[in-house]
Order: sequence, then C-alpha cells, then structure tokens
Amino acid sequence: MERSTIDLWVGLFMVAGLGALTILALKVGNMGSLGGGETYQLSAEFTNIGGLKPRAAVKSSGVVVGRVTAIAFDNEKFVARVTMNIDGHYKFPQDTSASILTAGLLGEQYVGFEGGAEDKMLAAGATVKLTQSAVVLEKLISQFMYSKAAEGSGSK
Amino acid sequence: MFNRGAIINVRGIGHRTVESVLRFGYATRFIALTLLNSGASFRRIHLIVRELYFTGVLSMIIILVSGLFVGMVLGFQGYHTLKIYGSESALGVLVSLSLVRELGPVVSGLLFASRAGSAMTAEIGLMKTTEQLSAMEMMAVDPIARVVAPRFWAGVISMPLLAAIFSAMGVYGGYLIGVVLIGVDDGSFWSQMQSAVDFREDILNGVIKSFVFGIAVTWIALFEGYDSPPTAEGVSGATTRTVVTSSLAILGLDFILTAFMFRGV
Repeated sequence: MERSTIDLWVGLFMVAGLGALTILALKVGNMGSLGGGETYQLSAEFTNIGGLKPRAAVKSSGVVVGRVTAIAFDNEKFVARVTMNIDGHYKFPQDTSASILTAGLLGEQYVGFEGGAEDKMLAAGATVKLTQSAVVLEKLISQFMYSKAAEGSGSK
Repeated sequence: MFNRGAIINVRGIGHRTVESVLRFGYATRFIALTLLNSGASFRRIHLIVRELYFTGVLSMIIILVSGLFVGMVLGFQGYHTLKIYGSESALGVLVSLSLVRELGPVVSGLLFASRAGSAMTAEIGLMKTTEQLSAMEMMAVDPIARVVAPRFWAGVISMPLLAAIFSAMGVYGGYLIGVVLIGVDDGSFWSQMQSAVDFREDILNGVIKSFVFGIAVTWIALFEGYDSPPTAEGVSGATTRTVVTSSLAILGLDFILTAFMFRGV
C-alpha cells in the first residue's frame, strides 16, 4: 500500500526533473532553432572583425540565417577569415556582400548578408568576395573630432 | 632549545595532516567499495526508489521555492543594472545564463547538502550507533550494498534533476518579475535568451556540474555517517561536518569546473 504512493511521488519527481531539462533545452536554449537542420559552409575575409565572436548570428534583412563557426587569422593575406554555417533553406547570389554590423549602439556584433543581383548562387564552401569590415567606434570618434577641429581652425 | 609548547604544536600539525590523509584514503576505499557493490542495488530497484523519495521528492519543495525566489531576485537586480545601459531586453540572457551555468547547480547543491546530505549522515550514523549495521553484518548482509549503495545512487540521480528544476523555476521567476511585473518586452526576453544560451555549452555543462556536485555531496554525507563515532555527540558532529565539507567541496569544485568549461567563452 505504502509502496505505491512512494512510487507515484518518485515518478512525479523524475517527470518534473526531466520536464525541467526539456524546458531548459527547448525554451531557454536554442535547440529548437538551427539545431538539426541541414547547413552549408561559407567563408568571408575581413580586414577587421571588431568584436565578432564564434556563435555570433549571421543575418540577412534582420532574419537569422546562420551562425559564425570559426574565426582565424590568415597569415599570408593578413586578413581575418570568418567561417559560417548557413541554414540550408537559404541560398545567396554570388555577389552577396557581407558586413560586420552591431545590434544597437553597444550591442553584440553580427554578420549581415545583403543579396546581390547575380543569377548564380554561392555553393557550399565558397567565399563571399564583397566584404565590409567592422566599424571601429574609436576611429569614428577620432575622425569626427579631427574634422571638427579642422572646421574650428578654418573659421577663425 | 625548543620550548615544550612549540613541539606540541608542531606534533599536532603533523598528526592532523597524517590523520586527514588517512581519512581521505579510507573515504576513497569506501567509495570504491560502494561502486563495486552497487550491482545488487540495481537488481533491487525498489531500494533506490525508496531513497529517491527521501533525497529527491522531499527536497523538491525547498528547491522549487528557492529557485523561484532566486530567479525573482535576479530579475529585480538584473533589471536595475541593465537599465543603466539601456539594455533591459537582455534581462532574459542575464537571468538564464547565471542560473543555468552557476546558480542552479551551486545553490541547489548547497540546499541538497543541507537538506538531504545531513539527513543521510544522521540516518547512517544513528544506524551505526544503534548497531544496526553490525547486526546486518551478523546476518551476512553487506551494509554497504544494502544501506550505502542505494543512497549513493539516489543522490547521484536526483541532484541533476533538482538542479534542472531549480534553473527552470528560476527562469520562470525572472520572467514573472521582468516581464509580468516590470514590463520588459516578452518577445525580446525569450528570443535574446534563446540566441545566447547554447544547449551544449551552457545547459549540458550545467548538468555535468550538478552531476559532479551530486557525487561529491552524497559521497561526503555517506562517508561521514559511516565513519561517525557511535555516540550522540559523534553523530551530531558528523552531520555538521557533512554540511560544512560538502558546501566547501561544492564551491571548490565549481571553481575548477568553471575554469575548465567556460575559460574561452
């Protein structure tokens, strides 16, 4: 008699624990999106990647289409080589341009794709030719200050 | 040349060092014996189920309530700080990452040590004091296989589940405060969380952590009980030592595991 109530409670406990794990995996983690789908690899060379990190999003028109898998430094061309896994549903023309953008002023950096007009699509393993490096905030500010200073001395 | 007090002190240090190394060796032999004898407890699964009730089910209330409150506090405090930088929408990321990576395993491990670990030590210590363990040996029943092994496996199984429940409740608590009470945007709360929390990097590493804590706490609790002096004073001392030692072990192991798991991230 008592055995069955204990069994019931233990069963409830196990279900609650495994349920919590499932909730964590599906709702909190990103198991649902881009987990098991087909992906293909693209790479791009940037002269400056700013603060881009592996696992950063690859977005096109604001929609997440893939993730950055690896970032390496090419010691022959002296550029950063960014490797990305793109969701197999999405194809991009060969003259697609990739740029490193920032979400908000201080937000996370991501790779933005902008499709071109070419008919041929990028195949798996291809390299995106047109790239635009990350905007470095310090450089922008110093440029702004220099131009302001030049303006100030010119008007005097 | 040397005064007597200094010699006694030095001798005391040496004695305590040798004693603790000896105890550690005994504890290692104890866990090895437990693992060797746990085949029988898996054949009689009802023993483990009974212990799961005591370690897991009875710890659930405290885990549920404290998980909810820790999450709610994280929601308040996180919102307060993130608001300064205008990034309240990252509240979900803050709450979920701190719970899944650190607070879930560590706090539920500490609660588990004081709720279930101390009970285990007291129970086994009392069994030893009232000579139930010796009586089992007299009847050719191995107390390690009959008493210790089922408790060990129940602790090891229930600890990751409790940590997962803690983290899930905490995320829900953070949601209640952040979204329902303060009014952070619902969609950005969940979507930023989902893009920042990785299943393998964060959730699975958290589960591994809580698994390791489960082994450590249960081992310490069972050994302290089994090794306790068979007196009322001895059992109470062993119970205190269980809570202190396993809390320190959890925090120390957490540092080591974090250094290995999240070094580059």
